[in-house]
Amino acid sequence: MAFSHKHIIGTQQLSREDIELILETAESFKEINQRDIKKVPTLRGKTIINLFYENSTRTRTSFELAGKRMSADTINISASGSSVTKGETLEDTAKNIEAMNADVIVMRHSCSGAPDYLAKRLTKSSVINAGDGAHEHPSQALLDLLTIKEHKGRIEGLTVAIIGDIARSRVARSDLYALKTMGATVRLAGPATMLPPGLEEMGAEVYTDINEAIKDADVVIMLRIQLEREGGNTLVPTLREYAQFFALNTENLKLAKPDAIVMHPGPLNRGVEISSYVADGSQNVILEQVENGVAVRMALLYLLAGGSDEE
Amino acid sequence: MKTVIKNGHVIDPSQELDGRFDVIVEDGKIVEVGENLATNGADEVIDADGLVVTPGLIDIYVHLRDPGFEYKEDIVSGTRSAAAGGFTSLACMPNTKPVNDNKATTLYMIHKANQEGYANVFPICTITKGQKGTSLVEMGDLKLAGCVGFSDDGLNVESGDVLRRSMEYASGFDMPIIAHAEDDAIKCGGVMNEGRVATELGLAGNPWVAEAATVARDLMLAELTGARLHVCHISTRRTVELIREAKARGVKVTCEVTPHHFTLTEEAVRGYDVNAKMAMKEGLADGTIDAIATDHAPHHIDDKNVEFNVAANGLVGLETALPLSLNLVKEGVLTLSQAISCLTDRPAKALRIPRGTLAKGAIADIALIDPEYQWTLDATQMKTKARNTPFDGWNLTGAAMLTMREGKITFQREK
Repeated sequence: MAFSHKHIIGTQQLSREDIELILETAESFKEINQRDIKKVPTLRGKTIINLFYENSTRTRTSFELAGKRMSADTINISASGSSVTKGETLEDTAKNIEAMNADVIVMRHSCSGAPDYLAKRLTKSSVINAGDGAHEHPSQALLDLLTIKEHKGRIEGLTVAIIGDIARSRVARSDLYALKTMGATVRLAGPATMLPPGLEEMGAEVYTDINEAIKDADVVIMLRIQLEREGGNTLVPTLREYAQFFALNTENLKLAKPDAIVMHPGPLNRGVEISSYVADGSQNVILEQVENGVAVRMALLYLLAGGSDEE
Repeated sequence: MKTVIKNGHVIDPSQELDGRFDVIVEDGKIVEVGENLATNGADEVIDADGLVVTPGLIDIYVHLRDPGFEYKEDIVSGTRSAAAGGFTSLACMPNTKPVNDNKATTLYMIHKANQEGYANVFPICTITKGQKGTSLVEMGDLKLAGCVGFSDDGLNVESGDVLRRSMEYASGFDMPIIAHAEDDAIKCGGVMNEGRVATELGLAGNPWVAEAATVARDLMLAELTGARLHVCHISTRRTVELIREAKARGVKVTCEVTPHHFTLTEEAVRGYDVNAKMAMKEGLADGTIDAIATDHAPHHIDDKNVEFNVAANGLVGLETALPLSLNLVKEGVLTLSQAISCLTDRPAKALRIPRGTLAKGAIADIALIDPEYQWTLDATQMKTKARNTPFDGWNLTGAAMLTMREGKITFQREK
């Protein structure tokens, strides 16, 4: 089956068939990452630019490795600020990169909608959204799905609890769309200040008591609380109280199914949203997520830039 | 110079005129409106058969960007855009550079419009010096200069005391305070209506309370002080309800709605909800809403072509307000006469602008409208300098065919 998308902006636009194809492709690439010589010529001669307007270690490294292991030329650009502060507009920056014949631009930006804005203005390069504001982070959701599928053998019919700052989480949105498309039940939980309106209409069950969300769940995904934001807003009184009511610990994890898995997109705030006993416990699959991330990103790059007429 | 407009369907809500009449204009004034008037001695006879003849339209909320931001719009281009939309009078906002909190800037605007413009300009000055929300402008002197109202446009007057004192002081000069009602603390950086669409897009939401709570405060202050309050570009159901109730209690309040608020929803412009759109129509139908005003907000493409949260707000509206308002007539929300009233005598009354009537002796500002004229908006052909309209490519019905200011033609549509 052919992949019909030129850009990957969000999981909201991906069909069940799209997601299945991406996951199958990623599964086939996983083996490459476990070889002694981790390189195949699949994307030789292709150019991938990581255009990051926001700091990232994990995602950028993951995309960079994904490109390099498929022999693409991968360049990282760390830009800062928006058009307003930077002087050059986003469109101009991207068009300059496109003019150098980049095949794929992997982009992270603090403004929701920036990758979509770019995709509508570029004529040649594909755009992969590596996280935009509080909008979407599709590659994270896809690696989450791959990890769930590996452990549960399926996604359909599972109950997945996602807990934390839903309002400002692009991971929660991308997970919600992808999981719903694949037939899972999605529960979103957190303090009421972090649960924006409209989530039920988007297909989620919403809880302010995380115990209810965790109960009988197959998968528990904890979201990172942004420490640097705590003092400057009114969303939670203190991290201490947050940990008391909204963290995953060995006690409340017992409410989930006995074989439930625990996931986290990282980086972890140990002792805030997740206790170290859980983060390092037998049910955690957090590093598998990271490993799967490289395979999923290889799959995305391959589906967008590979399979061209030279091959 | 004598002009006779023959055989038109005259609608002048200020005099409750609605019928087939001729209009005689001489030396820039209305001389007579009546049946089968003689054309002898006329320098020009305009055949208005099939057209609706109304007082020139009045828009009490526009940004002309002049002085200071002429790269977006200026008084000449903005008034030319107005004339093309059937408008002859504009009340323009003070968020210029310098801010219009002074007589010199007010006089400059009026003078430039008179010398080079295609419509009358009635400046709205700020409530507070420098739009800073602390000390009052010279309201009496500004009234003498030609100012018609006070607004810290774009900024809410946060201090209840400053707003109260401004209302008291302005009421002594029989001048209205124009409220830009939005509680910045509640808005908290929101860039669109809070709700499902904002959540999906990952954009910060602005709840309806940010507007309605401020309107509630402003209405009570108007009640306390007896001042005239005009609430601009209302957009929430609760706001309409609050104003309806205040009017019933005798508070001296008027309000306006923009065509985009009763035409689009947040699905289209990512800003307003369907429920609010219905409420706007109900408010227009029962008369709670006095005026349709465009909030004509020209922006240069460079200010728009950036990431969504940092893009300039607003859209241009002078050339599309009439057909969008006439849609309300087709939908049965308003009669044709009521729609014209929301664009002529009622906005004139809200700001005491001495226009909006075809009464004998009045200044001959007139619009000739073809309510059935079919056209497609091409943003590149607009008279405004700006291109920021969500209606580009829309098929529209109804247009001004000829616009006249003080008896002189300021716009004539090529058929």
